[in-house]
Amino acid sequence: MAGITGKDAILTEYAEQLARGADAPKGRSLSRDALRRLLRNRAAMVSIFVLVAIVVIAFVAPAFMPWQPRQVDWSAFRSPPNADTLHYLGTDQNGRDLLARLLQGTQMSIIVAIVATFVSVTIGILYGAIAGYMGGRVDAIMMRFVDMMYALPYILFVIILVVIFGRKPILLFIGIGAIEWLTMARIVRGQTLSLKEKEFVEAARASGVRPLSIILRHIVPNLTGPVVIYATLTIPEIIITESFLSYLGLGVQEPQTSLGTLISDGAGVFEVMPWLLVPPAVVLVLMLLALTYIGDGLRDALDPKDR
Amino acid sequence: MNAVDHTLLSVENLRKTFSIRGGFFRKPLTLTALDDVTFTVKTGETLGIVGESGCGKSTLGRCILQLLKPDDGKVLWLGQDLVGLRAEAMRLWRQDLQVIFQDPLASLNPRMTVGDIIADPLRALKPDLSRAERRARVIRMMEAVGLLPEMINRYPHEFSGGQAQRIGIARALITEPKLIVCDEPVSALDVSIQAQILNLLADLKDEFGLTLVFISHDLGVVRHVSDRIMVLYLGRIVEMAPGDALYAAPKHPYTRALLTAVPIADPKRARERTIEGLVGEVPSPINPPSGCHFRTRCPYAIDDCAKARPPLEPAGDERVVACIRWREIDEKGLAAATRATTGAGDVPSPEAELRLEEVQKPGFTPEDPRPDLL
Repeated sequence: MAGITGKDAILTEYAEQLARGADAPKGRSLSRDALRRLLRNRAAMVSIFVLVAIVVIAFVAPAFMPWQPRQVDWSAFRSPPNADTLHYLGTDQNGRDLLARLLQGTQMSIIVAIVATFVSVTIGILYGAIAGYMGGRVDAIMMRFVDMMYALPYILFVIILVVIFGRKPILLFIGIGAIEWLTMARIVRGQTLSLKEKEFVEAARASGVRPLSIILRHIVPNLTGPVVIYATLTIPEIIITESFLSYLGLGVQEPQTSLGTLISDGAGVFEVMPWLLVPPAVVLVLMLLALTYIGDGLRDALDPKDR
Repeated sequence: MNAVDHTLLSVENLRKTFSIRGGFFRKPLTLTALDDVTFTVKTGETLGIVGESGCGKSTLGRCILQLLKPDDGKVLWLGQDLVGLRAEAMRLWRQDLQVIFQDPLASLNPRMTVGDIIADPLRALKPDLSRAERRARVIRMMEAVGLLPEMINRYPHEFSGGQAQRIGIARALITEPKLIVCDEPVSALDVSIQAQILNLLADLKDEFGLTLVFISHDLGVVRHVSDRIMVLYLGRIVEMAPGDALYAAPKHPYTRALLTAVPIADPKRARERTIEGLVGEVPSPINPPSGCHFRTRCPYAIDDCAKARPPLEPAGDERVVACIRWREIDEKGLAAATRATTGAGDVPSPEAELRLEEVQKPGFTPEDPRPDLL
C-alpha cells in the first residue's frame, strides 16, 4: 500500500497475531460508560440496594416464616405486633399473620410489575419502531389505532376482561400490559423518526441491509436510553395501577394478596388497627421511591447530554 | 484507465422535487432539487461534482444510489434502469454501488463495534459467508484502509474523525463495489487529515479499480481528485469539463466566479485580489428565476437570459456549457462582454481578468490539499 506505507510490517504482524488466536482487546461500549456513571450516582445506588433488598426478602423470607399467609391463629385475632406470639407485625381480623401476608403481597406486586412491564416494553418497542421506520400510511394507521386504544378508558377495558373471563391474575397482566404499551409505542416511534434520518441508518440502507434488520440491529439498540428509563418509570405506575384495581376489587383474589389489596383492607380499619395499613404502605412507598430514583439515575447515566 | 470507452453509469433527465407542506391555509410548495440532469460516468474515472450548498449535490448522490426516489428520469447502471426497481432487486445491486458519507461519526452506528459495522454489508449481501471468513475479510479491509486489526472490537466513539472515515471507507469497500459515491467525504475533517483520506481514496481507487463520484464544495479537493468536473447550480448542470480544462479556462460565468472565489492560503496574494462580482444570495430553489437560474447574479446577464433555459451546448474537448453567451464571453473577454450588457449586475473591473489569470497559473493550487507529507 502506497501512501500510508511503513505500517505494513506492523499490520501484518497484528494480522498474524489475530490469526494465531490472540484476541483483540475489547472496546469500551456505550453501555459500560453508562454503567460507570450510574455507579457514581449515590441516590441511584442506594435505591438499587433498597429495591434489591425488598425483592430478595419478598422471595426468600417466606421460607423461614413461623406463620403461613393462609394460616389462621385462633388465639390471636386483631393482635397488634407481638414478638412473643411471633406475629411481628400483628394479625388481621381473621387471625392471619400480617408479615407473611405482606411478603406474599409484595411478591405478587413485583411479579405483576415485571411481567406487565416486559409485555408492554416488548410490544411497544416493536410496534413503535415498525410504525416509525415504515412511515407514511403504515405509520398513520398504526398510530391511529394507538389513539383509539388511548381513548378507551382502561378501567372499562379491565372490567370487561374480568367480566368475560373471570378474575385471574393473568388478566391483570394482559389488562395492564395492553394499556402501558401505548405510551411506550409513542415514545419509541418518536425516537425512531429521528433515528431513521441519521446517516448510519442511511448507510445501512445503502449497504443493502433489509428493513427488518435495520430496525432490529440499527434502530432498536439505539433506543436503549429512552426505553430503559421509561421502563423503570413504568414499573411504579403498574404497581399503582395494580393496587388501584385490587382496591376496586378487580385485581388479585383472596387468599392471594397484593400490596394494593393489603392497603385497601388496612385503610378501612386504620383508626382501630393501624398496624394493618402502615407496613404495606411503607413497602409500597419505598419501592416507588427507589424505582423513581433508579429511573432518574439511569436517565442521567444513559443520556449525559441531557443534564 | 480503459482504452475502450466503458460507460458504467448513465444518468438521464433526472428530476427530483421535494414538496414542502405549507401552513394551514397555504398551498404546499415544491422545491426542485434536481432539474433535468444528464451525464455519464465512465469506468475507472472520477467525476467531481461541485456547487454551493443547496444546489442538489447530495440529492444527486442519493438519487444515484436510490436512497431517494427520483421523480423522473433514468439512472442506468450498466444499461439497467435502477429507478423502477423493487426494493429487493435494488438491494442486490447495492453490492456494486456504495457510499461514503460526510460526517464520519454520524454514519457509524454508536452501538456496534467496528468489526460489526464493517461486516454489515457482508451480512446483508453475502449471507452464505461463514463468520470466520467474514471476520477475515474485515481484518483484511481494515489493513487496507490503514486501521489496526486490533481495533476490531472498539466502538466508533473511541475513534478520531479521520479514523472514523477510514471505517466508513472500509465498510463501503468490503463488498468490492464498482462505484462509490463520496458525499463530501473530507469536508468534516482537518486539512491535514483531509490529505491523508484523499490519498487513501486515490490509492484504494487504483488498488480496487474503483470509479468514484466525488461530491464536494471544496474546489481544491475536487481538482485534486477528479478527472472530470461537473458544476451544479440550483439543481442544473451549468458546466461539465475535464478537470484541467475547467480550471484552466472556465467558460460559464458561474464557474468563473467559483474559481476566483477559491481561498488563497497566502494573505499577500489574497489581499491583492477581489472576488469576481457575484452579488446576492443563491435564489430559493422553491421559486427559481426564469430562464437561466444564474441570471440574477450573473454580471453578463441580458434580457434573453430570462426567456428560456439555456441548453447544454457542447464546447469542444468533452465540455458542455449551459450559457447562451459563453462564446461571446470567451472570445471578447470579460470586460467587453460586460460592456455589451445593458447594465445588469455589477461590472467587473479590468483587474478581474488579471486575477482569474493568477488563479489559472500552473503553480497555483488552492489550499493545497496534498502536501506531500506522507
